Amino acid sequence: MFNLLQIELYKISKRPRTYIAFAAITAIVVIFQLAFKADGKSYMDLMLQSVQDSFDIDKSKAINGYFMCYIILNTLLIQVPILVALIAGDAISGEANMGTLRLLLTKPVSRTKLILVKFAASVIYTIMLLVWMAVMALFLSLLIFGADDMLIFRVKGDESLILQITSDDIMWRYFAAFGYAAVALTVIAALAMLLSVFAENSIGPIIATVCIVIVCTVVSNINVPIIDKHVKPWLFTSYLVGWKGFFYIGTTADGEPIKGSLENWPAIRNSLYILAAHILVLLGSTVVIFRRKDILS
Amino acid sequence: MNPVVEVNNLSKKFKEIDAVTDLSFTVYDGDIYGFLGQNGAGKSTTIRMLLSLIKPDNGSISIFGKGLTENRNAIMKQTGAIIERPDMYKYLSAYDNLSIFAKLSGVKGSRKLIMEKLDQVGLADRSNSKVKTFSQGMKQRLGIAIALVHEPGLIILDEPTNGLDPQGIADMRNMIIGLSRNMGKTIIVSSHLLSEIELMANRMIIMHKGKKMVEGKVAELLDPSNSMVQLETTDDRATFKALSNTAWAAKATLTDKHIQIRLGKNEIPALAESLHSMDAKILAIRPRHSLEDYFISLTNEQTDV
Repeated sequence: MFNLLQIELYKISKRPRTYIAFAAITAIVVIFQLAFKADGKSYMDLMLQSVQDSFDIDKSKAINGYFMCYIILNTLLIQVPILVALIAGDAISGEANMGTLRLLLTKPVSRTKLILVKFAASVIYTIMLLVWMAVMALFLSLLIFGADDMLIFRVKGDESLILQITSDDIMWRYFAAFGYAAVALTVIAALAMLLSVFAENSIGPIIATVCIVIVCTVVSNINVPIIDKHVKPWLFTSYLVGWKGFFYIGTTADGEPIKGSLENWPAIRNSLYILAAHILVLLGSTVVIFRRKDILS
Repeated sequence: MNPVVEVNNLSKKFKEIDAVTDLSFTVYDGDIYGFLGQNGAGKSTTIRMLLSLIKPDNGSISIFGKGLTENRNAIMKQTGAIIERPDMYKYLSAYDNLSIFAKLSGVKGSRKLIMEKLDQVGLADRSNSKVKTFSQGMKQRLGIAIALVHEPGLIILDEPTNGLDPQGIADMRNMIIGLSRNMGKTIIVSSHLLSEIELMANRMIIMHKGKKMVEGKVAELLDPSNSMVQLETTDDRATFKALSNTAWAAKATLTDKHIQIRLGKNEIPALAESLHSMDAKILAIRPRHSLEDYFISLTNEQTDV
């Protein structure tokens, strides 16, 4: 199994398309960092417009490495599913397209093992993307902008809130958030791989994955009670941005932040369970379908 | 001789199309077993079922005395294959490709072994070149190296001469014969270049529309008593009509170009006499013995029915 995984990772590492995602992340992060370095103050003025009277904030310190990473993740984690689909959507269909699938399947390797290894390789790729994102968005931002307490702008119901997390209470939240994002993106990888089994070129499953994510995201944002109650709880897209929960700090009865706390850990935990269930169902379906599939490519 | 491959009552349907129907055959140790048939005859579907790429609807496949379904991995460890085009990872080098498939075949794949195998197919000096820079012939040779890297006892080659130039076809033929004669490998080979099969195979099966038409030793199937003549006269239609009132009627077929008559060589003088007696103006009587003619005659016959 480990041998197979090594082979799979080697093949992924040798494909030029693998590095497109890393290049895209680098470009987006650097553009953000340059823009905020040049004119971050205007952004902060805009964000604090409504609360300037009630808060006494040092704006120069508010734009720091932690804050930058949060802003970047907010934008980037919505786009990363596309980058994950690029690799996972190609896992089986790419082999079929190249004609190597039939050769692979004449070797003494079971189809179940092949799917599991390809899935594991996609997950490792996803984690590598997130590690790269962490290096660029968090550590590089800390180098450029320095470290300080972090402000989080949050809309809760009709309320706009600003949360403040002290600098010594932030790093673990980022690690947890990246871990959560890895699970969420693994759902995308599992979906792309399932679609990949049906196709003989990688464009179809990649586009189909992106379309499904877009449609489900739109549905997740429709505020109609019947959808809220019966549809949203079952959509994986309802939980893709659940990583933000790690930055919603718990407060005392009089509104004081409690260091090291989370506002709603059970909600985060349930989200993780639902995402894990999606992964199991999607991966299980992929294995069952692929085991039964006639290889005609 | 020990049977290496035993296929019994194999059937496969794709939606409403019967790709293979009730097919049974046996391949023995050391055979070069030819699979003949026109496009759509069911050769590739059968070969893919032998390699567990396609699941049969009915029937059983036993290889090396073991059921394929229950012992797939053990059987595949002893089987090498090229299916149609020898496709591989174009963005990787020949060395990487061979190394990957060696590992997948259960071989450790040391540098020495991989280079030795590449050398055997004349690609040692291109070991670091990416496969996308290779000609079809070079890809085919690398495909052979991949199929043989784990020293399989059974080699299955589906249309291995596809896309090769005449020299490449001759090289492939010699290699297949050499693998059987010198190394005792059992080989199943399909091709639509039927003359190639005639030159290579000792046993063969002819398939048509998913069904077995004939199976046996090539030498027996080419027995002169099974031969055929092509008859060309000044008026083929009139001659065919005249023949239909004689004892030759059952053996004669009229095609677009000529009349075909299935008969033994020793019957040719009697045929000539009959034609003379019916005042047919003979332009040519061509005896044919090749497997290709035999194949065409059988498939034509089937079509006529």
